[in-house]
Amino acid sequence: MALLQLRDVNKHFGGLHVTNAVNLVLEQGEIHCLIGPNGAGKSTLFRLILGEHHPSSGQISFAGEDITALKSFARIRRGLSVKFQVPGVFKGLSVRQNLEIALQSRLSGAALAKEIDRLLAFLNLDAEQAQMAGNLSHGQKQWLEIGMAIALKPRLLLLDEPTAGMSPEETHMTGEMVRRLNAAGMTVLAIEHDMAFVRQVAQRVTVLHLGQVFAQGSIDEIVADERVAAIYLGQAHA
Amino acid sequence: MTGFLSLFRRLEGPQTLGRGPAFWALFALVLAGALAYPLFSDGYTVGNTVYFFVWVFIALSLSLIWGYGGSLSFGQTAFFGIAGYSYGILTINFGASYGFTWIALLLAVGMAALIAALLGYFMFFGRIAGVFLGIVTLAVTLMLERFMAQTAGPEWRIGAARLNGFNGMSAMPPLTIPWFGGPIVLFADVGLYYVVLAMLVLVYLALRILMNSAFGNVIVAIRENPERAEMLGYDIRKYQLITFVIGAALAGLSGVLYTVWGQYITPSSMGMTAASLPLIWVAVGGRSDLTATIIGTLVVLSGFQALTIYGSQYALVFMGVLLVLTVLIAPNGLVLGVINWITKLVTRRKQEAA
Ligand SMILES: Nc1ncnc2c1ncn2[C@@H]1O[C@H](COP(=O)(O)OP(=O)(O)OP(=O)(O)O)[C@@H](O)[C@H]1O
Ligand SMILES: [Mg+2]
Repeated sequence: MALLQLRDVNKHFGGLHVTNAVNLVLEQGEIHCLIGPNGAGKSTLFRLILGEHHPSSGQISFAGEDITALKSFARIRRGLSVKFQVPGVFKGLSVRQNLEIALQSRLSGAALAKEIDRLLAFLNLDAEQAQMAGNLSHGQKQWLEIGMAIALKPRLLLLDEPTAGMSPEETHMTGEMVRRLNAAGMTVLAIEHDMAFVRQVAQRVTVLHLGQVFAQGSIDEIVADERVAAIYLGQAHA
Repeated sequence: MTGFLSLFRRLEGPQTLGRGPAFWALFALVLAGALAYPLFSDGYTVGNTVYFFVWVFIALSLSLIWGYGGSLSFGQTAFFGIAGYSYGILTINFGASYGFTWIALLLAVGMAALIAALLGYFMFFGRIAGVFLGIVTLAVTLMLERFMAQTAGPEWRIGAARLNGFNGMSAMPPLTIPWFGGPIVLFADVGLYYVVLAMLVLVYLALRILMNSAFGNVIVAIRENPERAEMLGYDIRKYQLITFVIGAALAGLSGVLYTVWGQYITPSSMGMTAASLPLIWVAVGGRSDLTATIIGTLVVLSGFQALTIYGSQYALVFMGVLLVLTVLIAPNGLVLGVINWITKLVTRRKQEAA
């Protein structure tokens, strides 16, 4: 069953055609990676899905419902959640409070405290719970924001470059986190430049280039595709 | 019952300084001191102290909207004025019997809240934020001042109440408690002192509970990162609007109390100077904490009054210098800085002792 479906989605910024007739179907339960060169329009596509931008034309539906005209918070409440490219944690608040704010619409009292503890352990942030989120390392901020995103128990988790700034070990750990979430039933759409991560998690890969869907397939098909190598992976491996 | 108890637990939390028996013992001590103070003073001095207390509500409103919510509003003085004038118009027309002054107080505060709801709706649902919010609210404040200043003619009257232009309105009845032996009129001395003190304590505790609740969490989240807050499923415009309305009601309460204290209100209470002074108290105290805001406001206000004795023009210059110094030395507020420094010292002592 399709969880998310984009039909002929276009987005213009003035004369700039950033998203060009994108058609994309995300199946319930898959981990799907979105790759492509810098400026391909990947983050913009996320913003369209989240309702931060509205498409110039086209339609977006989620779980069978047309959400094209919905406000962002309403889309979140229907089961979307996101980790931004630039970590959007609440810098002046403690790590614990960051998670509390994400969880409090679902839980309260002792159940809330327990779920925060569970998430802290899942994110390897036990020791940092009293710290200001702004003082975390870049990788820890990424984890904290992933934690806030999954605290909502979303049906679809959007991750924009979740491993940027992480060491190879941390990247691998993040991959394992994503796989565990997926095993528990969460559908994931991740933008990534790190091909080791993509290989670790992706069941399907879509390549975006100049705002268009350039190629789609399994990771092996994509890596073997010479056209993709020419526009993106060639440079990435160089 | 458990719901009621959980409210008390919210008196402490990450959004407010002060917790544990030591803090509440100090709070009780200060309160006891404030309660006993009129016994050791004269009516005139006590009345003067009420004047300081009156301003604390508008300072708290700024702490709420700006310090906690992250939206700088110059509109607080407008709500101050709206409520002050409303009280005057109502009581001059309907008098003070049957406890009407208290109803007038509520209606006047409600008027400020209503106008804030209308203005706030257009601002927040029109996604006006940051500097633009400051500009819009300042424009509203100055427009209101200009408007009231030109109401000198006899045609500017609402019922029996003349608006009186630049000279403002005066001789409205003070707050009056109906009583068996005859009404108790709260002039600016001991009686009004206790009433305003009680309001102050109630508002302070209520705001502590509010800010440490789930609602308060969302408010500070919006200050830290509105996009992230919305992407956690919160309709942030609604939260901003509610905060703005509560803030306007508090500023309105200041306005009414100011009006009953001196039995007058003038357009200059909404002018540029009036709009910037509360910003200075709150910035100097520490806008992101209720307690620091109150201490800062009382200290700076009494300092300001002491200075005016030597010449008011210097007092204003001094205020400006104080603001610049705060921004340079302790951008989060001088009082807040000192409190944080003491807390650090105490915890270090404790750790060394352990
Ligand atoms: N709000 C905007 N107004 C105008 N142009 C924009 C806007 N947002 C993005 N763009 C442009 O759209 C193009 C795609 O940007 P986008 O951030 O989606 O790329 P990306 O694929 O996420 O790149 P990266 O891998 O570097 O993150 C860029 O040329 C960018 O400058
Ligand atoms: Mg991007």
